[in-house]
Amino acid sequence: MADPRRGDVGDQARELLTSADVTRTIARIAHQIIEKTAFGPGNTADLVLLGIPTRGAVLARRLAAAITEFTGAAPAVGSVDATLYRDDLRRGPARALEDTAVPEGGIDGKLVVLVDDVLMSGRTTRAALDALRDEGRPRAVQLAVLVDRGHRELPIRADYVGKNVPTSRSEKILVRLTETDDGDGVLIEKEPVEPTTEGDDA
Amino acid sequence: MTLLIKNAKPYGEQAVDLLVRDGVVVEIGADLTAPEDAETLDAGGHVLLPGLVDLHVHLREPGGEESETIETGSHAAALGGFTAVFAMPNTDPVADTAVVVEHVRRRGEEVGLVDVHPVGAVTTGLKGEKLAELGTMAQSAAQVRLFSDDGRCVNDPLIMRRALEYASALDVVIAQHAEDHRLTGGAQAHEGAVASRLGLQGWPATAEETVVARDCALAREAGAALHVCHVSSRHTIAVLRAAKAQGVRVSAEVTPHHLLLTDGRLTGYDPVNKVNPPLRTGTDTQAMREALAEGVIDVVATDHAPHASQYKDTEWAAAKPGMLGLQTALSVVVHTMVEPGLLDWHGVARVMSERPAEIGNLPDQGRPIAVGEPATFCLVDPDAQWTVRGAALASRAANTPYEGMRLPGAVVATVLRGRITARDGKVVA
Amino acid sequence: MKHLLSVADLDAATATGLLDTSSRLKETLLGREVRKLPTLRGRTVVTLFYEDSTRTRVSFEIAGKWMSADTINISAKGSSVSKGESLRDTALTVSAMGADCVIVRHPASGAAHRIAGWADKDAATTGTHTSIVNAGDGTHEHPTQALLDAATLRDELGAIAGRRIGIVGDVLHSRVARSNVLLLSTLGAEVVLIAPPTLLPTGVAEWPCRVSHHLDAELPALDAVMMLRVQAERMHGGFFPSAREYAIAYGLNENRLRLLPEGAPVLHPGPMVRGMEIAPAVADAPNAKVLAQVRNGVHVRMAVLYHLLAGAPE
Repeated sequence: MADPRRGDVGDQARELLTSADVTRTIARIAHQIIEKTAFGPGNTADLVLLGIPTRGAVLARRLAAAITEFTGAAPAVGSVDATLYRDDLRRGPARALEDTAVPEGGIDGKLVVLVDDVLMSGRTTRAALDALRDEGRPRAVQLAVLVDRGHRELPIRADYVGKNVPTSRSEKILVRLTETDDGDGVLIEKEPVEPTTEGDDA
Repeated sequence: MTLLIKNAKPYGEQAVDLLVRDGVVVEIGADLTAPEDAETLDAGGHVLLPGLVDLHVHLREPGGEESETIETGSHAAALGGFTAVFAMPNTDPVADTAVVVEHVRRRGEEVGLVDVHPVGAVTTGLKGEKLAELGTMAQSAAQVRLFSDDGRCVNDPLIMRRALEYASALDVVIAQHAEDHRLTGGAQAHEGAVASRLGLQGWPATAEETVVARDCALAREAGAALHVCHVSSRHTIAVLRAAKAQGVRVSAEVTPHHLLLTDGRLTGYDPVNKVNPPLRTGTDTQAMREALAEGVIDVVATDHAPHASQYKDTEWAAAKPGMLGLQTALSVVVHTMVEPGLLDWHGVARVMSERPAEIGNLPDQGRPIAVGEPATFCLVDPDAQWTVRGAALASRAANTPYEGMRLPGAVVATVLRGRITARDGKVVA
Repeated sequence: MKHLLSVADLDAATATGLLDTSSRLKETLLGREVRKLPTLRGRTVVTLFYEDSTRTRVSFEIAGKWMSADTINISAKGSSVSKGESLRDTALTVSAMGADCVIVRHPASGAAHRIAGWADKDAATTGTHTSIVNAGDGTHEHPTQALLDAATLRDELGAIAGRRIGIVGDVLHSRVARSNVLLLSTLGAEVVLIAPPTLLPTGVAEWPCRVSHHLDAELPALDAVMMLRVQAERMHGGFFPSAREYAIAYGLNENRLRLLPEGAPVLHPGPMVRGMEIAPAVADAPNAKVLAQVRNGVHVRMAVLYHLLAGAPE
């Protein structure tokens, strides 16, 4: 189901990543995670991929699938919804809650890789970190994003970045994934209809 | 004292001038000239009716002066076109003795805007147990002609029988608030779909119908005059029709709110709509209109029931029942009866002046507009439209259910025995 | 959503949204050591109860606390009249003290509507908004009870649309029944009220449900059954001849339980009168979902607080 907060793709949208680019980028991040975490058939206990819904959760599953393909071992994967921990809830109507699914075995002592589609202000990541704290105590937390578009408002950086995209605040980044949208791709919209919203990457 | 009323249309008919001397109409004709000392009322071609008579008001004095006084109630009456009102006895103390009824009558005379006729209680303290001194009240200076326990029903059939029998010898009328309290204990609203949805305990229409049926039988046997207050259920109309056909001396009133408003208004739980008997359904209001046009229901009476805000600005169950009516009655009758063609102006005069005066036994009210008759009038602009604002009404309380409603027909002037009591929306003191 | 006064104000999408939030909250908190969410930090929730109801009050209180709201309980037992202060003054005082949400239980039908009206009028001048939640008003409604019943039915039946739900007992005096008929029908269920005519309100024919007087005839075709409490004082009102006769005709005993389809859930809003509307063996049977209802109650009320207080004021 399409996320209404993203709005429709306008005439001004320009393609940043094609469908093939998205697949390649996910594969690259998967390789980076494997390399950085030394994940493999002999070392599966440690890694947990937790996507931030909606599209971050999809990306986490895709990354898990890619890692499984490359290593022959399946990492734990789940999702963590940060909505209840957001600092901007009062700025709009009550948001629907998304799925939180912590894989069996929990996150205590694990290396958690948070996965999101777009990194901008860092506030969603912060909210997700707060949510994680109530779920358990990971050994370490890393962050993987498909697009980093800048405009950070908090001291947060991603460990794995699919593509760095310099943007102006008025632009809109639209990540589209087959599971939630009609096909893969990343678009940038020059003159958005609603200049203040940036999707759930805030 | 001489008054010349120019260009008035009695009962909405041919425009005439009326010359009034010492409270009596002395000449009616075209282009009458005013004597030197005469006051002139330019009627502007509006409709002239006999002064309105209300068989059912609550003026709250003594004891309830935070809601209304005889003075403020008289103001409201004069502004509403009324020249006589019957003040119900559920005051504190209850008007069940000559002392209290005489006090009410005297206060009405002191204010002098409208004839205030006290209604005496049927039973002591309105308790329904023991007859009040009907004879003493009837023969007192207050000359009580109407007795009622209004607000409460004379529920005990034996007490009601005795009251009717006793009243027949005094030539007075027993006005019954018909409600079988055994069927309405805890009742908050008309028993039906709306109340069931709102979780308000129902006031079944049968509680009215059965008491009216019983009372008509008792009145028939006693040969007494029975008046049924505020008929609200269509089923009661069939009972009244049958009783009248049998020759029972029964008359009945309907309130303006039971002609217009329905229980559909209750959904917001605003107690301004709480009244006893309760607002019923659209089928009932339609039946009320038809019965009034037909004459099965004789008169319109307001059941003007002021309540200070502390009695209404509460949860529904805690609120007192009742609504203002004096200043909106004529407009509601114009809206519900005249505009749909159910009554002409003669009909309005009949149901709001002539019949109520007959029932209340007032020889100088509800008289024809003719030479030699009392100059007691109500002048109506039938084309005026006005928006009801509770705060702007003369009553101390503001509990009008018509707040913000646009109503047709406005009382332009009221004349009581040749004296202008209200003119252009202002009381003439 | 500004207030929650009546289930009639909820369309299917809003009601489903509340139930979805409730089940999300339930799964979020499941098995957690720290059952506390920061979502309503700094918000003040007041329960204003004019009737005793420990279970509803505590459920709201836990819901507020788990969302990090400051929760304050005011027991204003006795009518406003006998207490001297009017309901309006009490409610506006609580609101003026800074309550973001007032949860009201009152013996008068419509009390929550009235308070919401006064609060909105006050907000128009002061700009401080207070949400009102109806936690049971007279014989009118109890919206959060209906929501927790719906949440339980959804858990048990997988869905509500198309299911046939029987509601048995004192419908006349039951705010739970009123809210449930509305909510379940809004969500697409077929509702059957089963009661003697004396315990059904006049006008029930216009409700979105079917009415029956014969429990045994209805049980085999029900997907779930909801038993209503029968208060002992009703016996004196002549609503039915005796407790024994009521139990025989409308009580859910073990034989009747066997008439229900296998595993069909039995709900009861509590407190149960064992031996009257429900036999002890039935109350303790696996079908009985009374404690699941209580558990869902907390999550549903969290969801209501979330939808009322977490977003921007309307």
